[in-house]
Amino acid sequence: MTFWVVVVGTSLVCFLTKVAGYVIPAKWLRHERVQRINALMPIVLLSALVAVQTLTEKTRLVLDHRLGGVAVAVIALLLRAPFPVVVLSAAATSALIVHWH
Amino acid sequence: MPAYSAATFRQSLSVSFTVGLYGTAFGAASVAAGFSVLQTSLLSLLTFTGASQFAAVGVIGSGGGAAAAIATAGLLGTRNALYGLQMAPRLSLRGWRRILAAHWTIDESTNVGIAQEPLGEQAVAAGFWLTGAGVYLFWNLFTLAGALGAKSIGSPSAWGLDAAVPAAFLGLLWPRLTTRATQRIALGAVLFALAATIALPLGTAIIASAVVAVAAGWRAPK
Repeated sequence: MTFWVVVVGTSLVCFLTKVAGYVIPAKWLRHERVQRINALMPIVLLSALVAVQTLTEKTRLVLDHRLGGVAVAVIALLLRAPFPVVVLSAAATSALIVHWH
Repeated sequence: MPAYSAATFRQSLSVSFTVGLYGTAFGAASVAAGFSVLQTSLLSLLTFTGASQFAAVGVIGSGGGAAAAIATAGLLGTRNALYGLQMAPRLSLRGWRRILAAHWTIDESTNVGIAQEPLGEQAVAAGFWLTGAGVYLFWNLFTLAGALGAKSIGSPSAWGLDAAVPAAFLGLLWPRLTTRATQRIALGAVLFALAATIALPLGTAIIASAVVAVAAGWRAPK
C-alpha cells in the first residue's frame, strides 16, 4: 500500500510542480531568496541521501561494504569516469567485500 | 515540431541517450527498495524527474514512510518550476501542448533548449522538444531494463546494489559541487543528515536536511 501511495503521490506532486512553472505569475518565483534556496536544495538533499544510504542502518551509524563501494565511486569521479563506470565500480567493490566476509 | 539543424539533433540525441542510461540505475534501485516492476515503470512514466524518483525510492529503502518520501521528492522537483518559468515565454504554448511541455520540463530538456539560443528561437524549441522526447523514451526503456534486471538477480547486497544507489546519487551531486561554498554546504548536509539519523524518527533525516538549504541560502553571499 505504501508503495502505491508513493507512486501516485510523487507523480502528482512532481507533475503539478512542473505545471506551476508554466501557469503561475513569474514574479512569484523571481524572489532572490527563493531562487538561492531552490538552487541549494538539490545539493543538500543529494548530499543527505549519499550520507544516509552509505553510513546508516535504520537509526544507527554503521561502517560496512557500502562505504567501500562509495569510496571507489569517489575515486572514479575524481578520475572523470562516465556515470555507468562510477555506479558499476561501486557495485562491484561492495559485492566483493560482501563476498569475502 | 519546429525546424532544427543537425547540430541541435545530435546534441539532443546524445544527451537523451546518456541520461537515459541512468534509468537502469533507477529501475534497479527502485526494485531493490521493494517497488514492483510496474510501480517502478509508472514512477518513470508519470513522475519523470530523475533525482526526485531516486529520492522517493531511497527514502523508502532506508526505512522512511510515504509522506517523507513524497515530500523529499517534491522538494527536489521544485527546480522544475523555475525551468518552466524560463521555458514558458520561449515556447508560448496553449492547451495539451503546454501540459506535455510541462511534463517534459527537466534539467536536460531546459538546458539543451536554452543552449540553442544562439541558433534562434526555433532551435530553442526544437532542442527542448527533441531532448524532452528523447530522454522520456530512453529513460523509460532503461528503467524497465534495470527493474527487470534487478528482479532476476535476487539479493541486492550480493550484487552491490546497496552501494550502487548512493554512488548514483553521488554521480548526480558531483557536477554541482563546483565552488568552495557549495562543497562546504554539501559537507554540512552530510553531517546534519547523519546527526538527524540518530536523533530524529526513522526516515525523516533526509527531509529534515532541507533546513540546511534554507539556512545557507537565507542571506545573499558576500
